Amino acid sequence: MKKINECRMTVDAKSVNEGFCRAVCAAFAAQAEPTVEEIGDIKTAVSEAVTNCIVHAYREMGGKIYITASLLADQRLRITVRDRGCGIADVKQAMEPLFTTVGDDRSGLGFSVMETFSDKLTVRSKVGKGTTVIIEKKLRGRARD
Amino acid sequence: MQVQTVVDGKALHVYLAGEIDHDSAPRIREKIDDKVTECRPCVLRLDFSDVSFMDSSGVGLVMGRYRHAHALGCATEVTHLTPRYEKIMKMSGLSKIVKFS
Repeated sequence: MKKINECRMTVDAKSVNEGFCRAVCAAFAAQAEPTVEEIGDIKTAVSEAVTNCIVHAYREMGGKIYITASLLADQRLRITVRDRGCGIADVKQAMEPLFTTVGDDRSGLGFSVMETFSDKLTVRSKVGKGTTVIIEKKLRGRARD
Repeated sequence: MQVQTVVDGKALHVYLAGEIDHDSAPRIREKIDDKVTECRPCVLRLDFSDVSFMDSSGVGLVMGRYRHAHALGCATEVTHLTPRYEKIMKMSGLSKIVKFS
């Protein structure tokens, strides 16, 4: 599917950047005139993906997070969140609801929330190399209601 | 993120305002836990009326506060969740141990 527009950014894996990342993705999506609900879905899914990079991939030690937001010709938004962190040995297990490897008030719902608020979620990972999460969401929008 | 606490008899009301994520959650947690430890209420009521954003960090926040409060003999209630926040909270099974209203 042809890309209409694309935005790329690289941010430090610091928790203070979580709000910035979800706001940028929501602002990028705004050109497709999404509904308030759709904007909320995007912000929530992106927040989970970025938090995973900080907490799990880089274990709060810092690193870089690479985000690409693309708007496709069929009004689909595709957001790719990539890290060069520790990677996930068992992606299927990591995606199970409530599964978490850290304590400290983490709910283990990150991937479940991403799945719930997107149309399609793809996770690719290699131990020691990093993880790529692709969130896809069709924006039906106000104008097309 | 703002956390305002009001003691009302045996209840501790906590009014949360702003965004709850992995960045803000530790500061909220500390404020609530300190107040619960200090006041020893029977009910901890977390009011989400003015929460403008919440991801699964909000679930972890409520789970952790439930644990802390429960250990001190205090019940936890959550009020004014939007349908989105409620959906995220319910994914965790939290509604079995925490009262939503």
